[in-house]
Amino acid sequence: MAADDLYREYLVELYRHPHNYGLMAAPDVRQEGQNPLCGDEVTIDLKLEGERVTQARFEGRGCAVSMAAASILTDLAPGRTLAELAAMGDEEMLAEIGLPSLTPARRKCALLALKTLQVGARARAGAGVGAGAEAGTGKEEG
Amino acid sequence: MSATRLPAQDAPAPRALDPERLRADFPALHRRVHGHPYTYLDSAATSQRPRSVIRAVDAYYRRTNANIHRGVYAAAEEATALYEGARDRIAALLDVDRSEVIYTRNATEGLNLVAYAYGEGHVGPNDAVLVTESEHHSNLLPWQRLCERRGARLEVLPVTDRGELDLSELDAVLARGVRIVALSHVSNVLGVENPVAYVAERAHRAGAVVVVDAAQSVPHMPVRPRALGADFLAFSGHKMLGPTGIGVLWGRRELLEAMPPFLTGGDMVGTVHLRRATWAELPHKFEAGTPAIAEAIGLGAAVEYLTALDLRAVAEHSRTLAMHAAERLAELPRVTVYGPPPGAARTAVVAFNVAGVHPHDLATILDGQGVAIRAGHHCAQPLMERYGVAAMARASVYVYNRDQDLERLVAAVRRAQDVFGGA
Repeated sequence: MAADDLYREYLVELYRHPHNYGLMAAPDVRQEGQNPLCGDEVTIDLKLEGERVTQARFEGRGCAVSMAAASILTDLAPGRTLAELAAMGDEEMLAEIGLPSLTPARRKCALLALKTLQVGARARAGAGVGAGAEAGTGKEEG
Repeated sequence: MSATRLPAQDAPAPRALDPERLRADFPALHRRVHGHPYTYLDSAATSQRPRSVIRAVDAYYRRTNANIHRGVYAAAEEATALYEGARDRIAALLDVDRSEVIYTRNATEGLNLVAYAYGEGHVGPNDAVLVTESEHHSNLLPWQRLCERRGARLEVLPVTDRGELDLSELDAVLARGVRIVALSHVSNVLGVENPVAYVAERAHRAGAVVVVDAAQSVPHMPVRPRALGADFLAFSGHKMLGPTGIGVLWGRRELLEAMPPFLTGGDMVGTVHLRRATWAELPHKFEAGTPAIAEAIGLGAAVEYLTALDLRAVAEHSRTLAMHAAERLAELPRVTVYGPPPGAARTAVVAFNVAGVHPHDLATILDGQGVAIRAGHHCAQPLMERYGVAAMARASVYVYNRDQDLERLVAAVRRAQDVFGGA
């Protein structure tokens, strides 16, 4: 994918003015994640009613792709259950961001927020939902 | 083959490099990327390879293709002659004895070899190892681990805002039981050349040995480890036009002879009995198992190529081009250049950031213009912390780069600023 396709206006706009930015005073779930490849960091906060997310917020620092992805994910999480979010596939997330054909290195940026949220969701739901994986998705660069 | 000799100190000034002509030797530069000419500015990560290196590797597999040091048939003798001939060329490049030239996989392995085979026997609970704040992880983590294993302290020389070592406390730190000083010759992020000879002189007075990570200097300048005052010096072949998977550790003979082996196995033994063994002479004592034969031969071809260019000319080219790059980037609005200020000497690399554009986004946008740079922490996270950033963009040059490549870099950075709307 050419760079100018990747950095569409909405993505740059979300990077500069992300939705749901700023953490909660008392979240039900808080999960931090990092991508060691580029040093991106994100913290996701969730508010729950039962198993259903009612509110999602985030803070972080990183590239436009990872920050726009966190913004989009925290927009779509409310109304879904932890199990639904834990089961959400990588391709679904990439489609939500509108970047289905990212290069492997940049996929890790796009998926950082989802992977982080899923670690938190699985930890909250207990062992039944799936093994809690490290949120970090990247191999350290050489 | 005869080993190439170093020019004498008073040899006439070398002919300046002609990168436009040299580019014909590097096939991988001639691809197009996303419809643009390929502007390769990541040689500090790995260099391009000239045809002569690719041919040498190819010829070994096509014609010779036998193991070394064992067979008595013609092909095996040829393989040994090619492998050891490459060692002669490397020894001539460094102006050292061939018995001190140990093949490794890369600089990382050479540094780990020293940390284990020398460090274990010379660093104890009341001792310290001194590193610098600007080390690549490969010259930090082996020492961090050694100190953990031996219960020793890790001391750190800080760097100034200009990226230079702050030597004000050097003697005081050395007096606190420092047994090993490990430092890079040239920083892989800032391009600063560290005053190794001065540090080595002070270290030796204090009874410490000096381990030099020369991964970013041997490709770019004449390096004579003994003249530098180094005791050990490690570098990688793939950053100096050679293949991946081959590197060199040089060490002072008397130190290497007193050290136990690092890895044990075939090809590094004198005689072996079930319950005891003796070790081969240097350098084979440190080369266990079948080595990277083709890659060593390829590195020999790379050394021949660089020697023909004259490393003094390479040094002038790498310095001039990197300084131009720093000046051109620093002229742009909202661009920060790290390390030596514009106008100050730097070797081959320029690290920078563009306000409002994450270096990974920058690198992706540059890639869209065919410009390849590195973005990230450059395996130097403590240095990123020192400068208060998570990541930097880094452009690095080599013999085949031209001013035209810098123009493309600057144009692509401007384009990235447009995409991000002057954030």
